[in-house]
Amino acid sequence: MNKNKEQLLNKRYKAEQRFRLYGQSAIFMALLFLTIFIFKIFSTGYSAFQKTWLIVPVTFDAELMMLEQNPSKEDIQDADYYDIALKSMADLDPNANEDQENELKRMVSYFFEKEIKNELLNDPSLIGKTKEVYLTASDDLDQVFKGNYPRDLPEDQRRVSDYQLKIFDQLVANGKVESKFNISFFTNADSREAELAGIASSFMGSIFSILVCLMIAFPVAVLAAIYLEEFAPKNRFTDFIEVNINNLAAVPSIVFGLLGLGVLLAIFQLPRSTPLVGGITLSLMTLPTIIIAARASLKAVPPSIREAALAMGASRMQTTMHHTVPLSMPGTLSGTIIGLAQALGETAPLILIGMVAFVNTIPGSPMDPAASLPVQIYIWAESAERGFVEKVSACIMVLLAFLITMNLFAQIIRHKFEKKWS
Amino acid sequence: MKKNGVKMIKIKAKDVDVFYGKKQALFNISLDIEENQVTALIGPSGCGKSTFLRCLNRMNDVIDICSVKGEILINDFNINDKSCDVVRLREKIGMVFQKPNPFPKTLYENVSYGPTIHGMAQSKQEMDEIVETSLKKAALWEEVKDRLHEPGTGLSGGQQQRLCIARAISVRPEVILMDEPCSALDPIATAQIEELIDELKKEHTIIIVTHSMAQAARVSQNTGFFHLGQLIEHGSTDKIFKNPDNTKTQDYITGRFG
Repeated sequence: MNKNKEQLLNKRYKAEQRFRLYGQSAIFMALLFLTIFIFKIFSTGYSAFQKTWLIVPVTFDAELMMLEQNPSKEDIQDADYYDIALKSMADLDPNANEDQENELKRMVSYFFEKEIKNELLNDPSLIGKTKEVYLTASDDLDQVFKGNYPRDLPEDQRRVSDYQLKIFDQLVANGKVESKFNISFFTNADSREAELAGIASSFMGSIFSILVCLMIAFPVAVLAAIYLEEFAPKNRFTDFIEVNINNLAAVPSIVFGLLGLGVLLAIFQLPRSTPLVGGITLSLMTLPTIIIAARASLKAVPPSIREAALAMGASRMQTTMHHTVPLSMPGTLSGTIIGLAQALGETAPLILIGMVAFVNTIPGSPMDPAASLPVQIYIWAESAERGFVEKVSACIMVLLAFLITMNLFAQIIRHKFEKKWS
Repeated sequence: MKKNGVKMIKIKAKDVDVFYGKKQALFNISLDIEENQVTALIGPSGCGKSTFLRCLNRMNDVIDICSVKGEILINDFNINDKSCDVVRLREKIGMVFQKPNPFPKTLYENVSYGPTIHGMAQSKQEMDEIVETSLKKAALWEEVKDRLHEPGTGLSGGQQQRLCIARAISVRPEVILMDEPCSALDPIATAQIEELIDELKKEHTIIIVTHSMAQAARVSQNTGFFHLGQLIEHGSTDKIFKNPDNTKTQDYITGRFG
């Protein structure tokens, strides 16, 4: 009898130990995948925050620029920079033939003219002088410099010619190639050229979409939750509404995209590809999430608080507004932020309403066309150029940083404002 | 309290029935409550004494499936009448609950909440006075006067319950309903509350639901005994405890059931 009991006890201990082991290995697996994921993103993405520059001597020849003597600011603005830009690139190899000159030109971004112009605008006294100017390297050479380019492929299988590589290696040897922090990644809009593409448009697009989404979803959801939880009679109709809200939360996001396309764009004729439409579509998606979070946190307010207020002669409205709603706010707000974080990562509905369009301007308002961060990732991931590979990872890093910041904010709100009741 | 030898009746319940959905919880309760006296409602768990108490300030309205029939006259006015405004009613009839339930706000805000929503103070000074007198009446002032702006939930259980009493009396109600106010408290805190009840009956009519027979005997002048939704017997506490008419009352009081 006693021995039997001992065995049972041992069995119980063993079962508990096994269970702990399962739990620990589950957590270990989760952490492992997370680490691999983060490592992969960082190892491919970190180089996108560096940008390669070629340092090229430029002679600001007034004649070639068609500038009169003592030119005004406007003259400098309107001057012709193509010839001096071309000439400075060609001068990198004095023996270059015409084809090779063309190849030399393609070693920098097509922006090089403008970069030279900016240099002169900053310092008009440079006219007639020679100065070394930083020019953005082409995306392929950028990758060569970062060591991501398969140089040993046969020449006809790569976009960088042997001649370009030779000149580039000379420049590197002379210290005329430099890597600097890639500011333009954050200040430029999207571009077909990987070396010029940035996330400014999609970042602003995401922010505007989220703001529109917040301004629509939050008040509607909170009012709906308060009414359903505190005022609505409990009957079949409200049960039906509750079931439908829960169902709505489970609807695939692409369906909301179709709704946005069919209703907002087709019927209401709202401007296509804008954060306004994106935000409205996302708000439909976020609405049930916030309603559910708000109702849960209203439910969590102990009934004794409501009774106390009612017994003091507060009306139902006063009880709700003075006590229940303020007490439920931390939960509601963190639910809202989590809903918004979901919306921030949403791609499918935005593609359907046209936020996938190529936008090379930075939106100034929700009414301007824009992309959004996840859609930008999608667009770049589709692009063939090698330079976009690291951009995809870098954009994912920005999106993750954005999401983590929002979640952190939700946590802080919860901890700071949550009240303890006895 | 007697006027010209006649006891003043504050609350008069006539044939009150209460239903939770289809289930009847109270049967035909008729009970008179005397002014400026403590009336104790006793009986085993689930006998309906709390339900009856909650009829008196219409707190049962909060429960969707609960319906109340019959007349409850307070100052000769039927509070179950449609013309009765529950906000005005609850201003006159305060309530203290079983578990201390201060608002998760400061002590000051707890006490000033009632006077604020009923517009009873014209100035900050007047409000300060109301808060002070209420806390003094609740015998809490000396303990908390230096920390009025700290959260009320930080007090001990007994202090919290006295804070709830201060909150209830801040609007100077005519009647105070107490639903087992000491059941969550230790004996010392209980003694403080009982002392307080004795003091409060000078200005308020008090109805207290209690599980403790000893407490009923100590604090009340009148007692009503409930059993299975019926009011079995009511009368002066002396009579109920020493010489009850009904054998059920006798059994309950002597601890043979319940």
